[in-house]
Amino acid sequence: MLVVEGPNGCGKTSLLRILTGLRLADGGEILWRGVPIDRLAGDYYEQVAYVGHHDGVKHELSCLENLRLARAMGVPSTQSLDDVLEQVNLYAYGETEVGSLSAGQKRRLALARLLATNSMLWILDEPFTSLDRDSMAMFASLFEQHLEQQGLIVMTSHHDISLPGQSVQRLHLGAQA
Amino acid sequence: MSQRLSLTQAFVFLLRRDLLLALRNRAEYAMPLLFFVLVITLFPLAIGAEPVLLARIAPGIIWVAALLAAMLSLDSIFRSDFDDGSLEQILLSAHPVAVLVLAKVSAHWLVTGLPLLIVAPLLAEMLGMPSSAQGTLLLTILIGTPILSLIGAIGVALTVGLRKGGIILSLLVLPLYVPVLIFAASAIENAAMGFEVSAQIYMLLAFLFLSISLSPWATAAALRMSAS
Repeated sequence: MLVVEGPNGCGKTSLLRILTGLRLADGGEILWRGVPIDRLAGDYYEQVAYVGHHDGVKHELSCLENLRLARAMGVPSTQSLDDVLEQVNLYAYGETEVGSLSAGQKRRLALARLLATNSMLWILDEPFTSLDRDSMAMFASLFEQHLEQQGLIVMTSHHDISLPGQSVQRLHLGAQA
Repeated sequence: MSQRLSLTQAFVFLLRRDLLLALRNRAEYAMPLLFFVLVITLFPLAIGAEPVLLARIAPGIIWVAALLAAMLSLDSIFRSDFDDGSLEQILLSAHPVAVLVLAKVSAHWLVTGLPLLIVAPLLAEMLGMPSSAQGTLLLTILIGTPILSLIGAIGVALTVGLRKGGIILSLLVLPLYVPVLIFAASAIENAAMGFEVSAQIYMLLAFLFLSISLSPWATAAALRMSAS
C-alpha cells in the first residue's frame, strides 16, 4: 500500500489520475509490469479499480443495479453481489434507489465496487470521506485483506486511521510552488 | 477465474442501463419531443391557414424542428455521467470506450430520435404534406436522426467539462448538421413533386455509415480530453 500525503493543492489527486490514465502526465510514463499503460489499455484497466472524489454511482438506480454495471465494465469477482453488499453493511439496501441513501452510504457503495470486480490495483482518492468511524475501520480491514491476497493499493487520505502498518509506504508530496 | 463480459454483452448492458435511466427520468427525456411538436405547431399559427404554403415548407419546418430538438437533448448523453463520476468509471472500463460510447449514443437515439419518427407522420399530415412524400419523410428521419446523435456526441464530449458549454456546443454542432438538413429536406421535396429521391437517400446513408465508423472514436478521444 502506498499512501500519498501532502497539503491541499500539492497534486495528490493529479498523481492518482495519472496512474489511472485519466490524466496525461507532462513527462515520463506509467509502467505496469514493465509495459506503458497506454499500450495495455483494456488489459491494464481490468486490473484497476478507481474511486475518486465523486462516488461514480447513479442516483436513479438501485445499489444492486449500480454494482451490476461496475461488474459489466470490469472483470466480475467470484463473490455474489449480495455478499458484496453484506460486506459493506448495505445488504438491506440492495433494491433501494441510491438517491435516497446518505452520503456515507453512497461512499460505501462506491467502495463496494472494489469488491464487485476482480481488480488487483485499487486507486483511491480520499476513500474515507463521509464515512463514520466504524465504516472507516471496516474498510481498513477490507484493505488489509486485499493486501494479504497480493493486491496493491494507492490512496490519498487526510483521515487518521490505523492502516495495516507493515505494508504501508508513504509518499509525501511538497507544497505547490 | 472469472472473465470480463464479451464486448456485445457490455454494449447491451450499458444500453439497457441508459434506457432504464431514461425511463426513470421520463419528464426530462419527454422535453425534446414536446419541443418538436410545439415548434411545428407554432408555424401554422404564425403563418396562417395557407395550406399550399405550409405544405411547401413542411419538409424544412419538420427538419429544422428535429435539429433543434436534437440539440436540446444532446447534453443528456454525457452530462449526468460527468457530474456524478460515472463517466470516469466508463473511461476506466476494460472494454473499448468507443464501443461503450456507441451504446450510449444508441440509447440516446432510441429515447429522443425514435419518438420523432413516431409523431412525424401526424405533424406532416397537420402541415398538409402530400401523402406521397410522407414515406420519404419517415425514411429521412430514420436515417438522419442517428446522424444527429452521433455528430452531437462529439460536440458534447468536447464541451461536457465546460461550465457554459451549451452555446459552444450549438456553434460546434449546428454547422455539421447542415448537410443532413439539406439532403433530407431535398429528398422530401423531390418525393412531393414525384421525382427520384435515391441520390439524397444514398447520401444520407453514406453520412450515417461515416458517422457510425468515426464518431465513437472521436467521441471517446474527446471524452478523455474532457475528463483530464
